This record gives sequence, C-alpha cells and structure tokens, in this order.
Amino acid sequence: MKVAVASGKGGTGKTTVAVSLALALGGSVPIQFLDCDVEEPNGHLFLKPVYTREEEVTLLVPEIDENKCNYCGTCAKICNFNAIAVAGRKVLVFPELCHGCGACSRFCPEGAIREVPFRIGVVASGRAGSIEMVEGRLDIGKPLAPPVIKAVKKHAQPDKDVIIDAPPGTSCPVVAAINGSDFCLLVTEPTPFGLYDLKLAVEVTRELGIPCGVIINRSTSTDGDVEKYCYQEGIPVVLKIPFDQRYAACYAQGHPLVLKFPEWIPAFKELWQRIVGMVKKGV
Amino acid sequence: MKIAVTAQGPSLEASVDPRFGRCSYFVIAGPDGEIIEAIPNDGVAAGGGAGISAAQLLINKGIEVLLTGQVGPNAMRVLQSAGIKIYQTAVSTVKAALEELKEGKATPLSGATVGPHFGWGRGGRQF
Ligand code: SF4
Ligand code: SF4
Repeated sequence: MKVAVASGKGGTGKTTVAVSLALALGGSVPIQFLDCDVEEPNGHLFLKPVYTREEEVTLLVPEIDENKCNYCGTCAKICNFNAIAVAGRKVLVFPELCHGCGACSRFCPEGAIREVPFRIGVVASGRAGSIEMVEGRLDIGKPLAPPVIKAVKKHAQPDKDVIIDAPPGTSCPVVAAINGSDFCLLVTEPTPFGLYDLKLAVEVTRELGIPCGVIINRSTSTDGDVEKYCYQEGIPVVLKIPFDQRYAACYAQGHPLVLKFPEWIPAFKELWQRIVGMVKKGV
Repeated sequence: MKIAVTAQGPSLEASVDPRFGRCSYFVIAGPDGEIIEAIPNDGVAAGGGAGISAAQLLINKGIEVLLTGQVGPNAMRVLQSAGIKIYQTAVSTVKAALEELKEGKATPLSGATVGPHFGWGRGGRQF
C-alpha cells in the first residue's frame, strides 16, 4: 500500500507524522520511506539513514548546432517556457527554464537541435535501520521538481508498504508526489490558516481521486472549525496529536515523536490499520 | 531608430514601469519621441522567463534602444546578444524618459540590475 503524507502548508509537522508512522510500522513490516519533499528533504534529519547509492536526475535540453541553424526563430516561438531566444545571429538556451518537452528539436526545420542531458537533481537511496529510504534533492536554482519526484517514486516496490513524504502546498510538485497513492494523510493545525490550506489540499486529493484523512497536529480545545469542516465534507479525522511543550522540544532536537514517546507507537499502528481498512472498503 | 519604453499604460503620459519583464506595456517610439505603437506585455502572465520573452518581443519588433528600470540577467543576455542598447531611467513618465534620452542624460546599463525572478512578488515561482 502507498500512503502519502501531505499538508496544505509548511510547518504543520507533516514530516514528523510521516517519520513516526514509518518507525512505528518499521519493526514489523517492510517499509519504504520516500522523501518527495525535494526542495527541502528533511526526513533524513529524523531517520538518519545511511545512503549507499546516488543517481542523477537529468532533463533533455536543446543544444544548437550553429552550423546548421539559420536563425529562423521557430524554436523560440514554439517554446512555451521561454527557454530559447533567437537574438540576431545567436540562439540562446536557458536550460534552467527548459521543461524538456522536446518541441523545439521536433519543429526545427534545419535539424539544428540536439538534445543533451542537463542535471536538475539527485536521488539518494539507502537504509535507516529496517526502513528502506529514498530521498530526492532538487539542485538549487532548478525550478522543476516533478521529474525528481517521479524519479524517487520509481523506487517504490509494489510488495512493500510505502510512505511518501510529500512537499507542502498544493502546486504541481504536490500533485506529482501524491498521485497514484492509495490514501493521503493531510496534516493540519487547528488555526484559521491551517483550515484554509487544508481545504485547498482536500481539493487536490479529490481531483486526483485519492481518499484522504486528516491528522490534527498541535491539537487544542480550538479544533472545532477543522472538525466541523471535516464532518461536513465526510473526511475522517484519523488522529489528533495534542499540543505539548515536550513534543515541540522533541521535534526541535530532531527526534521522532515515537522514539521519545513510545506510547504513541500503538496509535500510529492503529492509524495504519484503519487506513488499510478504509482503502479495502474503497471509502 | 525604434525606442521601447516599459510603461504602466499605452501612452506618452503613462508612468514608466520599472520592471522590464513584467511591465504592463511597451510604448514604442520613433527618434523624435513620437509614438509608433503600444504593445501590452503578455509576459506579465508568463510562468517563468518573462524577461526572456519580453526581450524576444523587442527583438522581433526591431527595437534598437530600451528605456526601463530593472533588467534581470537572462533578459540582459538576450538583449545584449541582439545589440539592443539599454538605458536605465528613474523619471516618472514615458515622455520624460524619451526627452532624457534625447538630451543625452539617460544612464546606459551594461549589467543585470536585479537577480532573476525580480517582479515575481512574494512567494516566488510555483510550478
Ligand atoms: S528552429 Fe532551428 S534553425 Fe530555427 S532558429 Fe531554432 S535552431 Fe535555428
Ligand atoms: S525542450 Fe521544450 S521547454 Fe525545452 S527549450 Fe525546447 S521547447 Fe522549450
């Protein structure tokens, strides 16, 4: 089973939840932890894996053969991403803007465009104890996260339980990360901002047709609005982690919740069983 | 000689728009400061590379001189490759900018004045 852990905004404790879930289950079943938050992967801070393999993620970007080019400007016109400009007798390529769609080379009337690999990130893989860990890292200044996320997800094995730490927000990288999951856990805070972003995240999962459940982190007596919304929308609130100074200190020191407070292990195991049940029933 | 001024509106009285790639309009003028045309900048809505697309537009229009506020490094590369002369202006209207140029008081620009994605607003780019 593949479960994505996402949140409409950063700082809700999404990674903490993903890591705790992996650790709680890790002892008993084979778990893969895929860190798809490629712009700021931080699962490793908690899980402290040993990476043994690293592969580059590249995109095919155009290279112009100035001997064949007649500066017709077709490539610049066809590119949707402004990654090529034809300035007089010069063709300028901006690989950091290129999406690797191949349109320019296909439509160049002179066959002057060759496609060459351009590195945008890496995928590291290894182990953290019994957990198999894969982490994507987008190179700094490269805007295109989805190809790196997809490269991470290629490591998912069908016979294992997979936990995906998705990037925060609701944009393309989030879609790339949670797409194809059996279930999506949305981590939120019981604040007006938290609720606003939660609603956006729920929209994304609905568009993708992925069932979701909500985890309220730093839960207090003010959860009312989030709970009311979830109730109205028929979304189960599957776990509440109360606000507690000791937990905050534990995260700040880079300790996973379940290691410092093992009394939480059963809660995360139950959570998993509940998700399995919901997915089987097709809720 | 065709001169382009980045502007917030399509006229000589319009304010100069300091953002090159994300300006609202390009007011194109002749050597004596007369308007030839005003082109809305489609690049305002572009996902990325707005400066590059704006530079390409000016090249296609045969512009030789550009009056603007801030130019990012990518746009700068394209404009310079095409041999377009760039002047930075701080005056308020398109008309004043053209007069400044005519009087030889405009400040030539040879390097990028801002990093890429200037004019994006808070939050940066999202794909
Ligand atoms: S389409 Fe081909 S020939 Fe035309 S400018 Fe681009 S590279 Fe040159
Ligand atoms: S491959 Fe696609 S995105 Fe890249 S430069 Fe060519 S047309 Fe533009």
